[in-house]
Amino acid sequence: MKAEPAPSQKVSSAEIFLTFLIIGATSFGGGVVAYLRNALVTKKKWLDDSHFLELMSISNTLPGLNATNMSILAGDRVGGTIGSIAAMVGMCLPGFIFMTVAGILYGEHGDRPLVTAALRGVAAAAVGLLAATWFQIGKKSVKGFYDAFIILAAVLGVNHFKFSVPVVLLAVGALSIFIHRPAKEHPPEKDSEWIRFLQ
Amino acid sequence: MDQIPAIARVFAYLSLLTIGGGMAAYPEMKSLVVDVHHWLTSEQVIHIYSVGQMAPGPNMMMVAAMGERISGLAGATVAAFAFFVPTGILTFGVGRLWNRLANWPWRSSIQKGLAPVAIGLAVAGLVTFGRGSITGWVTTAIGLAVFAATMRTKINPALLILGGAVVGVVALR
Repeated sequence: MKAEPAPSQKVSSAEIFLTFLIIGATSFGGGVVAYLRNALVTKKKWLDDSHFLELMSISNTLPGLNATNMSILAGDRVGGTIGSIAAMVGMCLPGFIFMTVAGILYGEHGDRPLVTAALRGVAAAAVGLLAATWFQIGKKSVKGFYDAFIILAAVLGVNHFKFSVPVVLLAVGALSIFIHRPAKEHPPEKDSEWIRFLQ
Repeated sequence: MDQIPAIARVFAYLSLLTIGGGMAAYPEMKSLVVDVHHWLTSEQVIHIYSVGQMAPGPNMMMVAAMGERISGLAGATVAAFAFFVPTGILTFGVGRLWNRLANWPWRSSIQKGLAPVAIGLAVAGLVTFGRGSITGWVTTAIGLAVFAATMRTKINPALLILGGAVVGVVALR
């Protein structure tokens, strides 16, 4: 992908804010990225698909959630610094109000047996949902033996050996980046041949 | 009110661990919020985290509900700011630098290297979360049903979560 920083058009911050506010208010149940693509690429045509994917790859590499990272990056592309802030605030405001009210209600009614029963069901459903989401992501992005090894190392490091998350992130992260280091003796083609062989 | 600086510290720190998504930070969140600061019980953390999956927008906005429980409206605001603003500034800066890094060979190494780490940390978070919330055959059945429905259909996940609440009210009372 070539460097193409210049947005095709400047969009007013009010329009950026409103666009992200709508996504932030309607994207119930996660999957914000699909809503973002629909709005930014398909409807508004502020970005094309290759730009969108480029921003996704930045989002995925950095800490922070995809929903907010994508808002910041896309807002910057179409409206500069102010656009970036407008996009971020629009994306976050509805969920913030929703969850603050949820916190207040939980404080008032969270102890009732009926509410506790409902919340136990909600938590079990959340496990199923998150497991499916990560299973799908894993299926798409795990490429070869090394990736599987790194995933296993991270899981065992946290759940079995009880290292804290930052320790595992730094240690396993450094190892994984080292495995993927820029070098001639480990070209990516080798990996994909490997997978084809395994399949 | 005296908890506000601690809320800011804890949630800003947690946000730095969310490589690839919020689930990565879950084990650390549980240990800080429950064991270190005694702000919430581990059951409350599970409840709030789960409800957060229904909220629109970023699914980690449930930090606002945690902040609210710890220290009211000020707590909610501080938790959300601490969780979203520092990583936001980092993303903004790296986004501007990104094209200049195009020829830096380590850029692609970091991207490729962090992808499986992000998945591993998310699975680890999910295991921690699952241990607290899958506690019997009803919860196992709910979890499996939602997993199957998510894999096989395009039904809105928020509806599945609500379905979990309904089954919970009927079967877990």
